[in-house]
Amino acid sequence: MPGERLLEISDLAVEFQVPGGAVPAVRGVSLHLDRGETLALVGESGSGKSVTALSVLQLLPYPSARHPRGSIRYRGQELLGAPEKVLRTVRGNRIAMVFQEPMTSLNPLHTIEKQVGEVLSIHKGMGKAQARARVLELLLLVGLPNPEQRLNAYPHELSGGQRQRVMIAMALANEPDILIADEPTTALDVTIQAQILELMKGLQARFGMALLLITHDLGVVRKMADRVCVMNKGEIVEHGETEAVFRAPQHPYTQRLLASEPKGNPAPPPADARTVVTASEIKVWFPIKAGVMRRVVDHVKAVDGIDVTVREGHTVGVVGESGSGKTTLGLALLRLISSKGSIRYGDKELQGLQFRDMRPLRREMQIVFQDPYGSLSPRMSVAEIIEEGLQVHRIGGSAAERERMIVSALEEVGLDPATRHRYPHEFSGGQRQRVAIARAMVLKPKFVVLDEPTSALDMSVQAQIVDLLRGLQEKHRLAYLFISHDLKVVRALSDEVIVMKAGKVVEHGSAQQIFDAPRHPYTQALLKAALELKAADTPEVAS
Amino acid sequence: MSEAALSRQEDFAHPRVLGIRVRPITARRVANFRANRRGLVALYLFLALFLVTLFAEFLANDRPLLVKYEGHYFVPILATYPETAFGGEFETEADYRDPYVRDLISAKGWAVWPLIPFSYRTINYDLGQPAPSPPSAVNWLGTDDQGRDVLARLIYGLRISILFGLTLTVFASIIGIFAGAVQGYFAGWTDLIFQRVIEIWSGMPQLYLLIIMSSIFVPGFWTLLIIFLLFEWMSLVSVVRAEFLRARNLDYVRAARALGQPDRVIMWKHVLPNAVVATITFLPFNLTGGISLLTGLDFLGLGLPPGSPSLGELVSQGKANLQAPWLGFTAFFSLAILLSLLVFIGEAMRDAFDPRKAMAPSAPAPAAAPPPLDSKAQTP
Repeated sequence: MPGERLLEISDLAVEFQVPGGAVPAVRGVSLHLDRGETLALVGESGSGKSVTALSVLQLLPYPSARHPRGSIRYRGQELLGAPEKVLRTVRGNRIAMVFQEPMTSLNPLHTIEKQVGEVLSIHKGMGKAQARARVLELLLLVGLPNPEQRLNAYPHELSGGQRQRVMIAMALANEPDILIADEPTTALDVTIQAQILELMKGLQARFGMALLLITHDLGVVRKMADRVCVMNKGEIVEHGETEAVFRAPQHPYTQRLLASEPKGNPAPPPADARTVVTASEIKVWFPIKAGVMRRVVDHVKAVDGIDVTVREGHTVGVVGESGSGKTTLGLALLRLISSKGSIRYGDKELQGLQFRDMRPLRREMQIVFQDPYGSLSPRMSVAEIIEEGLQVHRIGGSAAERERMIVSALEEVGLDPATRHRYPHEFSGGQRQRVAIARAMVLKPKFVVLDEPTSALDMSVQAQIVDLLRGLQEKHRLAYLFISHDLKVVRALSDEVIVMKAGKVVEHGSAQQIFDAPRHPYTQALLKAALELKAADTPEVAS
Repeated sequence: MSEAALSRQEDFAHPRVLGIRVRPITARRVANFRANRRGLVALYLFLALFLVTLFAEFLANDRPLLVKYEGHYFVPILATYPETAFGGEFETEADYRDPYVRDLISAKGWAVWPLIPFSYRTINYDLGQPAPSPPSAVNWLGTDDQGRDVLARLIYGLRISILFGLTLTVFASIIGIFAGAVQGYFAGWTDLIFQRVIEIWSGMPQLYLLIIMSSIFVPGFWTLLIIFLLFEWMSLVSVVRAEFLRARNLDYVRAARALGQPDRVIMWKHVLPNAVVATITFLPFNLTGGISLLTGLDFLGLGLPPGSPSLGELVSQGKANLQAPWLGFTAFFSLAILLSLLVFIGEAMRDAFDPRKAMAPSAPAPAAAPPPLDSKAQTP
């Protein structure tokens, strides 16, 4: 019976106890979930959406987490503060959960059969043979290829997408009424993401489950959800039918969130642009050793014969899924890992240069990393971080002059120079990424490798960083190698695009051609999955 | 560029510890340490003990601190005076404990004696009964079997034990950090070869080697230290190596490499601070180990040269003279208290540096208390 009210959360508040007070994570959230519908809880990191979901199953770290008020009712039964015995009959049985990280949410020491079967034996008291048959049935249902052979597989033998399928199978084992999916596809590649989303949608229709989908990805919301709740700073700021919210967002935060998708096109490159970097036949092979003598038996070909040319003021986008070798290519071009093939910078051949000879060139070739939390030393102030490069290359004669350069670099990336004596942990993710960019820019480089500079950031911040990068490129005629798996960002920034798969280039062309008329089936599948969230049935895409 | 921005100094308060401006994380660790009362008390007691024993000569000595004789001042504790200076007969150094010399001084002046008028090697000849004599008003903890004051020997013995332990720990840490850093940072073959060498080296029967070597070399403070160092340096290598192995691929280390920073600067500036926490956590435990090792060798009679004040020697005297329980009790309690203090300090330090431990109340509250559940970094 559709429309039956399954879950009712009213005025829920969550606080985390920290020394010196309580930090509210969720304040007064009310929502409800009916049979057969999909409700999306969308918001940026720290908005409290995961905490809300975890409190439904009372999985928060109590007692340091507290609910000062509110109620969560499942079919009229209060879950908040319910005894453990009641919760156990609900958890994994009536309400199941799928987590974000398929790498860590399965126990690495147990086989697939044991993990899925455990749910059945706990809640249904099934025997071994009975459970085995049911596990097989479930694995078939979630579309795991060759389920009979996979029964005795360990999680590490499965790919990320397959692991997520197993997680879903576990969640579905007892045919729950409600499935809570916490960023179920965030850690997956776009093509796999599309498959998993379709799987969940299909299963939901089949079992008539209610789906509570927690995500930061507006594309996923649009494809999956009937209704959407937008969360910001622990509150639901807007709530409504998905279509209506997307068409006419009421709350300014929602408007900002919807407007924050990276947009725009790369500035037209200067016509007289000189070539900055030319690399040909770049190969990075990692040896696989075996036997007592550790002989090299084979190689992992991370990058296998790639040609790239980057010109002044141009951006070459490198696109591919995880493991395609795009980051390795970027590191190889800067000679941060050893590679074979020729890398020419201007008219100099870089391969074979000694550290000493390479050093002056380092100034002109810089890199910005993906993770703004990891790329800044936590023990140095922002000024020290930016100054380091100046000291290495003996730029700026006096401390005062270097200080002036640091201030102007910070102003260039849109940070208040007065904050330069602070430490990285006092900045937000987006601000840290700006510091990382300032560290590269203060050296006035000519060639910058941008290794997923926006992937770890919230949506609204991504757009700002893209705008910043574009502005810097125009101003200084920078050559960018832009590495990303996010095709929307690549489209906003690249003149040329290289599509990589398993270390090889599958397609190479102007950005316009790649996005408007992709030739290679893999590119087509990738675009379809990324921009329309549709799984393509091409043999090129392995699950 | 705005001059205003330049002239504006840091407009926010940095926490201070002992008046020194420190980073918030350091302040948090200090606050965590202070919150551990047992550790804090142990630290104060240990520091007091160490400070007192450092000035052992002023506390327990067989020479007066100050002598006034015929209107002149003498400082026997710092300078050597012949007996003739006090109207005696010999040109040799005055023996201030000699009743004859005492009488000479008290006739024409006075002397200020240290609290304990015995040095570690002073033999008390006027004992009421044969040595070892029990605790009395003169010898507060009794005397050992050669008539030497146990308390004086204990004070000197503690000093040499702590100093030995500290020196050993410092040198072992320097060598250990260096070796671990090189292994972890360069990894690959360097690491492989070094690791095998360490495995073989640590497989040596340490105690027997120490015994053999101390019978070859004349044992003294520095020879013993070097012999101990041969093995002690390995204790830190694995920890430091692991930290360097982990940190060498951190993005900010890569970023420094991309800036053109040479390896040694990267190791010193970017990677080493990561290893410091692990190292500091280990220090008190290494110190404990060093002290017990020295005590053990002294007990066997293979440590410091005969006659030196040492806890191990006191233990062996206690064992040899069971009829004089004050020897055994003194040795036991002093060792037990010293080692417990160090272990308490070590525990408190380890907990203070543990990032998973709850924060002390005075520490700045983190911006986001809930664990980062959403929007993990997407894998490229």
